[in-house]
Amino acid sequence: MNINVTLIAQIIAFVTLLWFVNRVLWNPMNDLLAARQKRIADGLAAADKGKHELEMSEKRAKEHLVEAKSQAAEILAQAEKRGNEIVEEAKEKARTEGDRLVTAAKAEIEQEANRAKEQLRGKVASVAAAGAGRILGREVDEKAHADLLKDLVGQI
Amino acid sequence: MSGSSDGGGTVAYIQHHLTNLCVGDCDPVFFSVVLGVLMVAVSWRMGQNLATGTPSGFQNFVETIIDFVSGQVKDTFPGHNPIIAPLALTIFVWVWLMNFMDLIPVDLLPAIASGVLGIEYLKVVPTTDLNTTLAMSLTVFALILYYNFKVKGAAGYLKMFLFHPFGKFFVPVNIVMSVIEELAKPLSLALRLFGNLFAGELVFLLIALIGGTMAVGLGALIWFPLQVVLDLGWLIFHLLVITLQAFIFMVLTIVYLGMAHTEEH
Repeated sequence: MNINVTLIAQIIAFVTLLWFVNRVLWNPMNDLLAARQKRIADGLAAADKGKHELEMSEKRAKEHLVEAKSQAAEILAQAEKRGNEIVEEAKEKARTEGDRLVTAAKAEIEQEANRAKEQLRGKVASVAAAGAGRILGREVDEKAHADLLKDLVGQI
Repeated sequence: MSGSSDGGGTVAYIQHHLTNLCVGDCDPVFFSVVLGVLMVAVSWRMGQNLATGTPSGFQNFVETIIDFVSGQVKDTFPGHNPIIAPLALTIFVWVWLMNFMDLIPVDLLPAIASGVLGIEYLKVVPTTDLNTTLAMSLTVFALILYYNFKVKGAAGYLKMFLFHPFGKFFVPVNIVMSVIEELAKPLSLALRLFGNLFAGELVFLLIALIGGTMAVGLGALIWFPLQVVLDLGWLIFHLLVITLQAFIFMVLTIVYLGMAHTEEH
């Protein structure tokens, strides 16, 4: 149990081992652990960021959806309004067209009637004269009774 | 087992196991260097293919140890010094490995040495040799002195001897107290480890003697199971002891060096 030169040998062994452990085990391992720590921290940060971005984009998407819905509703309302307008316009047009047609027809009818009257007027004198001649048994000169006939025609 | 039942045989058996291989005590050096080379070789081989991403198997185990030591240093050591943590790691693992030699059946390696190699005496556990433990504690002590001078300065360190712990009116007492305190650090480190392991080894030898000294016969039916049970019990207990001793040596080294690094005492 005496202390001797072994002490020196053990000191040398210990210091050498210390140097080796520092070089071979501690430093590489520590670098590795630090690198992994950083990687994990980065990964977690990235995950957090991704999550945040997802939330943001979900929110944005929701906003877009709401906007699109309101836009669609607006467009629909506009289209309905425009449709109504078109229908109203068409109705109006049809009414005026109908009116126009009716007036045109009325005018034509009146014209026809007038024309028929004129024709009748032309013929009435001769018919009357022929009728009177039959009644009187002789020829009635239209010229002699022109005034009378004119008066007759004017009565039509 | 050199089993003879007289007292001289028992003493001879114990002395046989505690006698060194050669005069210069080369067996603790041999075993501690072998274990140190084992540490370096294993860590070097592992260093060849370190996995940054997901460690597996042995690397996980080593990382756990390194994390543990690193945590101890962070908790106990003030400030930062890159040598402290590797020092603590070396002490912890090396002392543990040397202590672990104690758990190898006491007669196995000496029997192999005498049977195969013709070496008559072999002391297997390096930490049962005061030279080994003192070598480590003196190295630590040298570091303590170095950092005391470096951090506090020669004047500061001297002032600690003069005015600590009782103030300026008790300078002679302070000097004696401080010198004892400083010298007690390496001595207590070395003697604690040596004493624990030496005693542990001695108990293993005594347990081994239970079966060995008894004559083969009916008595063996009682003694042999007793030896097995006792040996197993002491093995399990000693597994705790060797870990605890390695841990204590490491923590005290950190604490002493931490004290050397603090200005105020």
